[in-house]
Amino acid sequence: MTHDARQIVFDNVSKFYGEVLGVNKVNFSLDPGITSLVGPNGSGKTTLMNLLTGLIKPSRGAIYVLGLTPQQPIEFFRQVGYCTQFDSFPPGTNGYDFIYWPLRLHGFGHDQSTKLTEEALERAGMAQVARRKVAGYSKGMRQRIRLAQAIAHHPSVLVLDEPLNGLDPMARSESIALFEAIAKQGMHVIISSHILEEVDRISDRVVLMSSGYVVAEGQIKEVRREVRDHPMQILVRCSNAAKLASAAFELDHVVEAKILSDGQSVLVRTRDAEQFSLLLNRIVSAGLVEVDAVAPADDDVNSIYQYLIGSDGSPT
Amino acid sequence: MNIQESVARAQSSLQEQPWRLFASQISVLVRTEVRRNLFTRRRIGFHLLAWIPVLFLLAHNIFDRRDIDPAQIENDTFVLAGIIQLYYFRLGIFFACMGIFTWLFRGEMVQRTLHYQFLAPVRKEVLVIGKFLAGAIISIALFETAVFACFCLTYSRFGSAGRSYVFDGPGIGQLGSYLLATALASLGYGAVFLALSLLFKNPIIPGAMLLGWETIAPIFPSWAQRLSVTFYLKHLCPVNLPIEGPMAIFTIVAEPVSPFVAVLGLLCLAITILVLSCFLIHRLEITYTAE
Repeated sequence: MTHDARQIVFDNVSKFYGEVLGVNKVNFSLDPGITSLVGPNGSGKTTLMNLLTGLIKPSRGAIYVLGLTPQQPIEFFRQVGYCTQFDSFPPGTNGYDFIYWPLRLHGFGHDQSTKLTEEALERAGMAQVARRKVAGYSKGMRQRIRLAQAIAHHPSVLVLDEPLNGLDPMARSESIALFEAIAKQGMHVIISSHILEEVDRISDRVVLMSSGYVVAEGQIKEVRREVRDHPMQILVRCSNAAKLASAAFELDHVVEAKILSDGQSVLVRTRDAEQFSLLLNRIVSAGLVEVDAVAPADDDVNSIYQYLIGSDGSPT
Repeated sequence: MNIQESVARAQSSLQEQPWRLFASQISVLVRTEVRRNLFTRRRIGFHLLAWIPVLFLLAHNIFDRRDIDPAQIENDTFVLAGIIQLYYFRLGIFFACMGIFTWLFRGEMVQRTLHYQFLAPVRKEVLVIGKFLAGAIISIALFETAVFACFCLTYSRFGSAGRSYVFDGPGIGQLGSYLLATALASLGYGAVFLALSLLFKNPIIPGAMLLGWETIAPIFPSWAQRLSVTFYLKHLCPVNLPIEGPMAIFTIVAEPVSPFVAVLGLLCLAITILVLSCFLIHRLEITYTAE
């Protein structure tokens, strides 16, 4: 597989724990932006993240992160920040030291480490409680201090395993804004999450996993188009819902046209969205109905998750 | 200059000087490990192992206030040799090193914190060396102080005769030899236990086997004896304990080697095992659920 120095590449990667499958035959490459790993518990999301960051080694295949591998630790880990799901900390540490000493391990001097520590604490909203022992933090604070440590050295690849777990709505929204800001700087942000609504809102692309396999990967709309077994749902708000519904029913690829309770919206399920939009153009041009809004109703992560993985995607 | 530019500049400057970076990383590892392991309540057992003989000698000096015969110095010199050779070298330093050095990696696996160091831009070999040095500093600091205290308590009770034995006689030389042997014992056992912790999930059983090996090594041929830590320590001890009574089973009977060869031999043994550890650490994966 070819790869460039800006991509993250999984080249036929498999990981087995003895006879237990972790992930199998994973092949994809990621461009900068926010990528979400989505899948039920035990689907291999954390295994994939641990492989990506070199905490475990692949049984087969190879992984390249910006052209580097974990066998080049100095260059590799300067580029990578990983906020793991492990809710454990060195005994007796406080929030400040938890960030400061790893920066010293990066090779930064005292002044630089102090500056970076303060900046990371500020970005994660932990500056006020930095001198308190981590053991006394709430779950959300522990989550945020781990996030602060992962971003402190300004990595180009930020890997976040369930980063929104335990956060209150305000902290969740601040964290998402932070991920978006990092991604806008041209960096990779790889997130695993069960909270599909938020994943959907912030992701540039998704990797859907089930039982150790990648079942779909790419931009959400592309993945949705690939799911041909399930007709696409399109919501149309117009001046004459009944007329639109009857016109839609004349098309072979339309399997359902349902007038919603407001009487002005039609939910159309079609196997060919492009043909349906041509019909819509014709109707509008002919002045039969006035269309206020057209929106896909199921090209979100939650729907794709339901179609491909078969559960409701709710947190487990 | 903004923070990102200064980070990039600092990083490129460090990449150009890897040895300086390695030295700085080792120094950080040593500082954090020593701080985490030397003066914490969880490590009180190691302090007890080091200070139990000191407490006994102190109690003896306080409560045994009979007239002290200077001729007893020779007898007490043998007692001190017994404490150091039989207690410290065979048990105290052995078990403390077992606790300290196996905890450096395996303990972090149990506490689920090793990934923080594995995610830092540190070569695994640097991690091994840094942690080993930290363990060595902890063990040496504990046991050198304890051995020194034992020595002082042994001879201080003899007053001027004791001072004369130490400063005008063989005392100071014996102290130097004991301190050297103590440091080497920490390095030797430390290297072995560090390697065992990377080889086995539970290093207690191989540790017990090692204790058995160190005990029975004297009955093996000369080349095999050289694979034990106590072989080299014996040749650095200034006082030979008589082989009689129940002590005979503990006393090492080995072909004589010069102190220089003993020091070099033990250092070579420690370095060889450390090199092996550097290979072993590359096999280590962060799979906390398997611990």
